[in-house]
Amino acid sequence: MSVNAFITETELEGTDEGPLSGRTVAVKDNISTAGVRTTCGSKMLAEYVPPYDATVVERLKAAGATIVGKTNMDEFGMGTTTETSHFGSTDNPAAPGHVPGGSSGGSAAAVAAGEADLALGSDTGGSIRCPAAFCGVVGIKPTYGLVSRYGLVAYGNSLEQIGPFAQTVEDAAALLDVIAGPDERDATTREAPDGEGTYADAADGDVDGLSVGIPTELLEGADQGVIDAFEETVETLESAGATTREVCLPSVGHAVSAYYVIAMSEASSNLARFDGVRYGHSSDAGGNWNDAFGRTRAEGFGDEVKRRILLGTYALSAGYHDKYYKKAQDARAWVTRDFDEAFDEVDVLASPTMPVPPFELGESLDDPLQLYLADANTVPVNLANLPAISVPAGETNGLPVGVQFIGPAFGERRIVRTASAL
Amino acid sequence: MTERTTAVDAEEVRHVASLARVDLADDEVGRFAEQFEDILTYFERLDEVPEVDHDADLTNVMRPDEPRECLETDAALENAADTEDGFFKGPNVS
Repeated sequence: MSVNAFITETELEGTDEGPLSGRTVAVKDNISTAGVRTTCGSKMLAEYVPPYDATVVERLKAAGATIVGKTNMDEFGMGTTTETSHFGSTDNPAAPGHVPGGSSGGSAAAVAAGEADLALGSDTGGSIRCPAAFCGVVGIKPTYGLVSRYGLVAYGNSLEQIGPFAQTVEDAAALLDVIAGPDERDATTREAPDGEGTYADAADGDVDGLSVGIPTELLEGADQGVIDAFEETVETLESAGATTREVCLPSVGHAVSAYYVIAMSEASSNLARFDGVRYGHSSDAGGNWNDAFGRTRAEGFGDEVKRRILLGTYALSAGYHDKYYKKAQDARAWVTRDFDEAFDEVDVLASPTMPVPPFELGESLDDPLQLYLADANTVPVNLANLPAISVPAGETNGLPVGVQFIGPAFGERRIVRTASAL
Repeated sequence: MTERTTAVDAEEVRHVASLARVDLADDEVGRFAEQFEDILTYFERLDEVPEVDHDADLTNVMRPDEPRECLETDAALENAADTEDGFFKGPNVS
C-alpha cells in the first residue's frame, strides 16, 4: 500500500559518477526540477514546470544520485501535518493512521517507507525536524546560509533552509556534504568556517567529554511519554561520557509568536507573485486586474495559505507594523542572544523535537493556533539561524519520538557527532 | 494570560483580504475573523519583549555588476497563461 509520499514520480539519473551513485533521492515539491512539475502542494502550481534546476538538484545530479520523485508537502510549506496539501494527505509509515508531520511529510515518509534511500526537505520553522521525528528517521536543518536556496520556492526566506533526511545520521550527513556550500545565485550563502573532515566523518559516535545543555523551557508542557523517551536518550549520552546540565532560555516563550509574525509577513510578500500572469493557476473570471488577481488567488490557494497571507498583510499594515513585526524582530534578536549565551556554557543543546507524538490523521485541522503551538521547540532554532538535527529516540505507545540537538552556527559536525552516539 | 484587546471584525478581514488581493466568500470571512481573534490575542505576548539590539556581525559583499547569461525568453514564458510578441500578457489595468 502506498502512503502517498509522492506528488509526482519520476526518474532523473545523475549526470556524473559521484558519492551518491546508486542512491535514490526524493525531493520535496517546493524545490525546482527542470522539466518536472513543482507544485508546492498547491492547486496554484499544479501544472507549473520549472525551466531550471535548483542548485541543490544540480548538486544531487552531479553527485550521481537518481531523483525518484517530488514529495508531498503542506501547501507552500505551511503546516505541521502535510494535510494542507492540495494532493491529499500522506500516511505515516511508522505509525499508520497518523500524520507524517510537516511540512516535508512526503520526504520523511518516502525514507521511512523505503521508497527512497534519502530525501531533501525544507525547514522554515521545523518542517524537516517535525516529520523526521514523527516518521522515526533522521533530519537536519542546516545553519542559515550553509545551503543554497536558489530554486526553492520562497515562503519565509529569512528563516528557511533546505536539508537532508535519511535512515541513519551518517547518511544524512553525507547528503549534507553534497548540497552544502556557497552559491553565487543565493547571496545569503556563505563559506562555513573550516572544520575537520566531512560532515559524514563527524558521525563517529564520540561524545566523551561533550557538555549537553537541556533548556528547561523546552520540556514544559511536553507529553509525559515524550519526556520519558527524551530522558532515556540523555542517559545514553551520559553513559557514553557526555555531561549534562540544565540551562535557561527565557526568551523562548515568545518564539512561537515571533516566528509566526515574521513567517506570515514574509509569506504575504513572497506569495504576492502568484497572480496568474507569469505562471500558475489563472482564473477565467475576467474583469480588471484587481478582480482577476483576487479571483485567481481565491481559487488557487487553500485555507492555511490564505490565513497566513492575510495575517501577514495585517501585521505589516499601517498602524500594526510596530506592534507586531517590529516586536517580533526584537524577540528574534532576544532568542539569538539567549542561544549565544547558552553556547558559552555548553557544546550542544538537547530537547524533544516535538512536544507530542504524531496526531491522528484529520485530528488537528480545525484549530490553527493549537497546531502553531506544537512548533514550540523547533521555531527558536530558525529564529536564531542555527543548525539542528532530529534523531529517533524510541517510542511512546507505539508512536515515534524524536530528539533534537542544536548547535552553534556552522556547528553541523558537533550535532552530527552527538546524534551518532545514539 | 494576556488581556483580550484585539478585536477583529468582518470588516477588517475584508479590508486585509482586499489589500492582499484574495477574494473571500462570506463564510470564510466569518471563520477567519474568529480564528484571527484567537491568533492575534496570542501574539499580544510580544508586547512584553524588551528592545534588543539587532546588529548582525556580518559585512555586506558586492560582486561586480557585469552582464551574464540568464533564462531565455521562451523558457521564461513557458508557464504563462497568455503571451504576446515575447511578453507576458496580463488582465486589463482598468
